[in-house]
Amino acid sequence: MNSETLIPKIGVVTDIRIDTPDVRTFRVVGLDGKKAFEHMPGQCAMLSMPGVGEAMFSITSSPTNTEYMEFSIKKCGCLTDWLHAMEVGQQITIRGPYGNYFPVETDLKGQDLVFIAGGIGLAPLRSVINYVRAKRGNYGKLQVIYGSRSKEDLVDYQEILDEWMADEGVEVNLTIDREEEGWDGHVGFVPNYVKELEPDLKSKVLVCGPPIMIKFTLAGLKELGFTETQVYTTMELRMKCGVGKCGRCNIGNKYVCKDGPVFRFDQLDELPDEY
Amino acid sequence: MQEMMIAKARELLKSGAVQRVLGWKAGEFAYDVEPAVFESAQELEKSFVYNDFCGSNLSKYLIAQSRKEGKTLVFLKPCDTYSFSQLLAEHRIVRENVYAIGIPCQGKTDGETLKGKGFTGILSAQCEGDTFTVHTLYGDKTAARADVLPERCLNCKSKKHMIYDELLGEDGEVLDSHRFDMVEKLEKMTPDERFAFWRGELSRCIRCNACRNVCPACTCEKCVFDNDASGIAQKAAADSFEENMFHIIRAFHVAGRCTDCGECSRVCPQNIPLHLLNRKFIKDINELYGAYQAGEDPDAKSPLTDYTMNDAEPGIVYHRGGNQ
Amino acid sequence: MKQLSLEKLNDLFALIGQTEALYLPVDDAAGQAAYRRWQPGYTLSKALNTVRSAKDFFFPQTENLVDFKMQGKSIEVIDPRTEQENFVLFGVRACDARSFSILDKVFLADPVDTYYQSRREHGTIVTLACTRPEETCFCTVFGIDPAEPAGDVSCWIEENTLFMKANTPKGDALLTLAAPLLSEGGDDAVAAQQAATRSVLARLPLAKLSLDGMGGESMLKLFDSDKWAELSQACIGCGTCTFVCPTCQCYDIKDFNTGDGVRRFRCWDSCMYSDFTRMAHGNPRLTQRERFRQRFMHKLVYFPANNHGEYGCVGCGRCLSKCPVSMNIVKVAKALEGEVK
Repeated sequence: MNSETLIPKIGVVTDIRIDTPDVRTFRVVGLDGKKAFEHMPGQCAMLSMPGVGEAMFSITSSPTNTEYMEFSIKKCGCLTDWLHAMEVGQQITIRGPYGNYFPVETDLKGQDLVFIAGGIGLAPLRSVINYVRAKRGNYGKLQVIYGSRSKEDLVDYQEILDEWMADEGVEVNLTIDREEEGWDGHVGFVPNYVKELEPDLKSKVLVCGPPIMIKFTLAGLKELGFTETQVYTTMELRMKCGVGKCGRCNIGNKYVCKDGPVFRFDQLDELPDEY
Repeated sequence: MQEMMIAKARELLKSGAVQRVLGWKAGEFAYDVEPAVFESAQELEKSFVYNDFCGSNLSKYLIAQSRKEGKTLVFLKPCDTYSFSQLLAEHRIVRENVYAIGIPCQGKTDGETLKGKGFTGILSAQCEGDTFTVHTLYGDKTAARADVLPERCLNCKSKKHMIYDELLGEDGEVLDSHRFDMVEKLEKMTPDERFAFWRGELSRCIRCNACRNVCPACTCEKCVFDNDASGIAQKAAADSFEENMFHIIRAFHVAGRCTDCGECSRVCPQNIPLHLLNRKFIKDINELYGAYQAGEDPDAKSPLTDYTMNDAEPGIVYHRGGNQ
Repeated sequence: MKQLSLEKLNDLFALIGQTEALYLPVDDAAGQAAYRRWQPGYTLSKALNTVRSAKDFFFPQTENLVDFKMQGKSIEVIDPRTEQENFVLFGVRACDARSFSILDKVFLADPVDTYYQSRREHGTIVTLACTRPEETCFCTVFGIDPAEPAGDVSCWIEENTLFMKANTPKGDALLTLAAPLLSEGGDDAVAAQQAATRSVLARLPLAKLSLDGMGGESMLKLFDSDKWAELSQACIGCGTCTFVCPTCQCYDIKDFNTGDGVRRFRCWDSCMYSDFTRMAHGNPRLTQRERFRQRFMHKLVYFPANNHGEYGCVGCGRCLSKCPVSMNIVKVAKALEGEVK
């Protein structure tokens, strides 16, 4: 890690993809045209536009992508409004990587994996999914259960159709909240869909989405017979420094920026309920 | 007085006339009493206190308490009733949910004032008549009440309660205080001297926001200084200009509404005489628009929110030498 | 042990001040003590402690982190730091001296905060033993001995003499610099003063404050205690306790538009403030109860859980003196005492 951790590097935005009405995916490289730094799936980076703000975003691209990093960002505040308005070629600042990562080389290795995401919650999981797809032989069956409000709110829809669904041994289950024209897939909320699908109890599960979705999904998984030690999630709290010093992203004695963002549910159980 | 207050509070709690009591609670030492809500006779017996250290003004707590179900009994000293009345005028307190009992006050001191007078290692303090006896780690000492009162009490503007449902003890009179003396002194300074005075004071500010948060006139749901969209949100002053700006903006914003309760100066950890900024506004308003005391009458219109044909023109400021 | 007549104290300050920036507590316009850079005519305050703690010198209230210049779509990143000068902090009390080791555990932990580290490396700490502790003092609860303060040099003032003892190579260097003014001796006088001070310490009303049950073991029990509602009732949500505290180290990072660029600075922040954890989509600490709880849980539970049982408090008593509503860590610790039995 850069020892001057609070001094960022320059990142150049080389591509902007419009994913949904309020989500765009930004491709970023360093000034030398290469990746700004290496990371592991689930880790985050601080992006900023000086004078506008700085915030933590999960790195959406897989570490196996050797050319660039990607960030799928939802428009929801001052900085993200600005990022959504910028054009290709714009320089921003970037520092990281921060936090821990999904244990893809340890606990998850050799396992069947179930990814459950809601809305923009797919962003951190996409990094893992593509990492696992790139190292396919190291993992068992993969199942992706992903839902959004509507079809146009499904992030990475094209990649899901063209790449994930085309893969051998990858089951993709999509759902949207309400019926709509042109959608003949599943309709309903993610937690209920998970219960209908009854994922294999031997799998490890990675969940990310809005807090309410995570809550009901976890409850549903427990009903199916999953234990908390099988289920991982990634947290998001307000952050400033990214290195466990500015003091605001703690859950009990753990800092989400440093000890997280990835937690297993049994670990969260030992911490105060304040997130 | 404390016994009378506890008895009254118990009675009203028991009859169901009030659901809670807003008063003061004894602390670790003689002087560190804290504002507190009591909901039972047991709690009152255990820690309710009314003594020479109950300086904090409880009226601002009524904003939250009066929005709760049921009635809140509050004990108000004369100067606190000005704040209560002003908050009612600003529609910040639900009047029907408050039962206000006026209590007398002979001036309140605090630990910091005692320490400023050279009392160190204070273990306990009692006041008999007009003499304070302070028992310290380094021996007992006595002092006359007047010698250990803070400025706001030495220049008390009124012992009269402006608004109440019931009084315990005798009501007092509006006093002829000398509270504008220091303002006059500042007015007589040259602009450079005055600027130097205020820089000397405000440069000690650590921007803890205690003055703002304790102020009964600072009741905005979201302060401009906390609002990122305001353009002046700050947690720390970037320079001396911003340091001044915070206090000047605050003084402007409470002008015409500040009752001169003196809480800002009491809580300032750096002992900045913030009340002087507010008093300058009060004095100017008195001179420009006629004598006006915020909080005196909840139905009166403040000169700064009322327009009359006889209003002073801004030019008067210049006539008075404000452009010198 | 070295000694110096107090009549020559200003000569000592002048000697140190010639070669390094020297800071010491002096009385301010309001009669309270504050650290100022020494200049001829300044005299050491007789106050027990400064209102602002000595953490300012290593973790200042505001400091520039990085500057940006923007042109079109391009950004230039500039490290604004110039060389850190050496400085001497004179008159630090034992409590504040301990606070530095607590701040070190945050700022010098990986990844090191180089802004802080540079100041630590360039600062020499000269502590001064206490002789008249206040009723608000409870440093002894944390194993601090104010009669034998830590630091690079420890000092004692007794009657008309200043006694000095070097504890580190930095301290040796300072005493070597001051050698022309110093003579040997004073062990007996210091020992006598320490005995007298320790007899006062034993009588302090908070000397027996119990922190049994605090620390990491009972985190959830303490967090879920129903005492927090009552404890936080009077809290007005200001940052006084945080800003006068020698161990509070939370900070915010903000951008300031200078007109021809952007200055990114950090400044002290307070967990007591309503926007501390506010995000675009919500706030995990919505009311003052949660914010208040965070501050004390951090000092009494989370910090020790992460740091081998060391508390994030040094018992300096500043929050006891300065809280506008007289709420403080002692009242909190006492109220929580029964919760973990």
